[in-house]
Amino acid sequence: MKKFNLSLSALLLALFLLSPSALLASGKALRVAIIAPSAQNDLAFTQSIVDGINAIKKDRDIELAITDGTFVVEDAAAAIRDYAKKGYDLVIAHGSQYGGSLKEIAPDFPDTAFAWGTSADTFGLPNVSSYEAASDQGGYVMGVMAAAMSKKGGVGVIGPIEVGDAKLYVDGFVMGAKAQNPKIRAKVNYIGSFSDVALAAEAARAHMAAGADVLTGTAQMVVGAIGAARAKRVAWFGTQANQTELAPEIVVASQVYKWEVILKKIIADMDNGVKGGKMYDINLANNGIVIEFNDAYKLDPAVKEAGMKAIAGIKDGSIVTSHK
Amino acid sequence: MSDSFAVMIIVATIASGIRLATPFLLASLGEALGQRSGVLNLGVDGVMLLGAFGAYYTVLQSNNLYYGLLVGIAIGLLIGVFYAFITLNLQAEQGVSGIGIYLFGLGMSDLLFQKFVGTPRPILPFMPLDIPVLSGLPVVGEMLFQHSIIVYIAFGLVPVMSFVLYRTTYGLNIRAIGENPEAADSLGVSVMATRYSAIIIGNGLAGLAGAALAIELGIFQQNLTNAMGFIAIALVYFGAWSPKGVMIGSLVFGLVQAIVLQCKTFGVIPRSASDLAAMAPAIITILALVVVAKRFKQPSALTKPYVRGG
Repeated sequence: MKKFNLSLSALLLALFLLSPSALLASGKALRVAIIAPSAQNDLAFTQSIVDGINAIKKDRDIELAITDGTFVVEDAAAAIRDYAKKGYDLVIAHGSQYGGSLKEIAPDFPDTAFAWGTSADTFGLPNVSSYEAASDQGGYVMGVMAAAMSKKGGVGVIGPIEVGDAKLYVDGFVMGAKAQNPKIRAKVNYIGSFSDVALAAEAARAHMAAGADVLTGTAQMVVGAIGAARAKRVAWFGTQANQTELAPEIVVASQVYKWEVILKKIIADMDNGVKGGKMYDINLANNGIVIEFNDAYKLDPAVKEAGMKAIAGIKDGSIVTSHK
Repeated sequence: MSDSFAVMIIVATIASGIRLATPFLLASLGEALGQRSGVLNLGVDGVMLLGAFGAYYTVLQSNNLYYGLLVGIAIGLLIGVFYAFITLNLQAEQGVSGIGIYLFGLGMSDLLFQKFVGTPRPILPFMPLDIPVLSGLPVVGEMLFQHSIIVYIAFGLVPVMSFVLYRTTYGLNIRAIGENPEAADSLGVSVMATRYSAIIIGNGLAGLAGAALAIELGIFQQNLTNAMGFIAIALVYFGAWSPKGVMIGSLVFGLVQAIVLQCKTFGVIPRSASDLAAMAPAIITILALVVVAKRFKQPSALTKPYVRGG
């Protein structure tokens, strides 16, 4: 019996020492991998998550690996599996399109914590967390300001494919614009691609030809649209990251994702032995979403005031956007 | 919608179609030249990407758009020499080596961008040319004569290439070795030199296509071309290997893209059908290819390496 108890204790000790929480608590660097669709400095979706992890690195010893540019889902799936095999503690699949792959891969690596977004679905798996941005909230604020700015009564939106946080942002923007000015012409153009920069540029030109004098857009391909807007000096509202440096003359404000807010929670849960099964989101209230204004842009104070009121309204719950 | 507004939208749509067609036209003209000589190059997209990055980086450093165009062309010419060497001297399988060039261009352009630029920084694109009298014409002026110089270079190359292909000895040699290299060789035409030149010029045009794209957009980012080079190859078949046909194919593709965009903007195409509509240019190209494939014959020696006495 004594021998059995000793063996059991040794086994439990070994299991404890090998568990992720023990590794985390032991002071070893947390190994985090990010798999993302576009370049890590795209001033948009991918950069936002990289910035999030880098913000946490100030307080936490993190060994970070990044595989970016995986527009092809199969490439992303191979990278996700590879990082899991290499024993990374947290593997972040940063793209709605990676959900199907993650659902297949995660059960093979029960000791690895996976996080993916933007989505609310954890597939019922104990080691998969999901995260979402309430981008409709920032979209609403931008829409309010865009409608308040528009002199022609027309605003235009360029979207990629109608999914994930892109859809939320676009819907929120249109809702905010109409709330500010019910007669506003808010036209939306989903170009059907996350990566076609040339088509995004032409979509912006199509909006301008149709009478839009304020534009916005979401996803990585909007760099083309920003260029087209810049050529005509048409105001632009950014999202996902601060896009001011792409066109300081026309970018009014940007909705910026602070993923570190939820990443901290995910890691704290991992420290407590919870590897998944939870959904996290960033929003205006938890400061996971912030509106950053371009100080160089001469914005009418009344427009900024309308935006600030919308932010306050969303935070106190008096304004409900389309999210959830 | 008032009549004048409708006209304005139609004008904007056609102008948009012409702009969208331009990089396809440049790349497919180059590919048509190579294929006419009997060499397939599936690496067009990779060459475009390297040309795009080279042009973008040059403009970023020099603030000179013309230097950018020249660097784009030079990169294309250089890759052309390399591609000609591996397909003609080493007689590598053309399909596989083309894909190799594409993958090299895709990876290398991104690597260079990350290494030397990092975060995307905008460059100022070409301004529309102000052509005396023509630019000021109502309707037609905005539709056809308010484009950047790149658009005119691309469309200007169509008659030039037609002339070269159909009215010069050099063009006759290219067509002859694309159909029957043995016969051309027996008449004293250097198959190697002619193919070398066609491949190099073709790749130069692909480099220019990439440069034109980056400069028109005023930015570079990973995989900027978004597989445009592969569409350009399809457009060569669409255009039955003739410069005029390739131009028509590029315009059809660009115009369909522009019409779909405009229809989406005005809600003519519902959002639920948005993704489906985005496929329209590709579907129309495939349908046209099916029709063209039945009516025209590709160069007989296409993809076949030539060995004297072999």
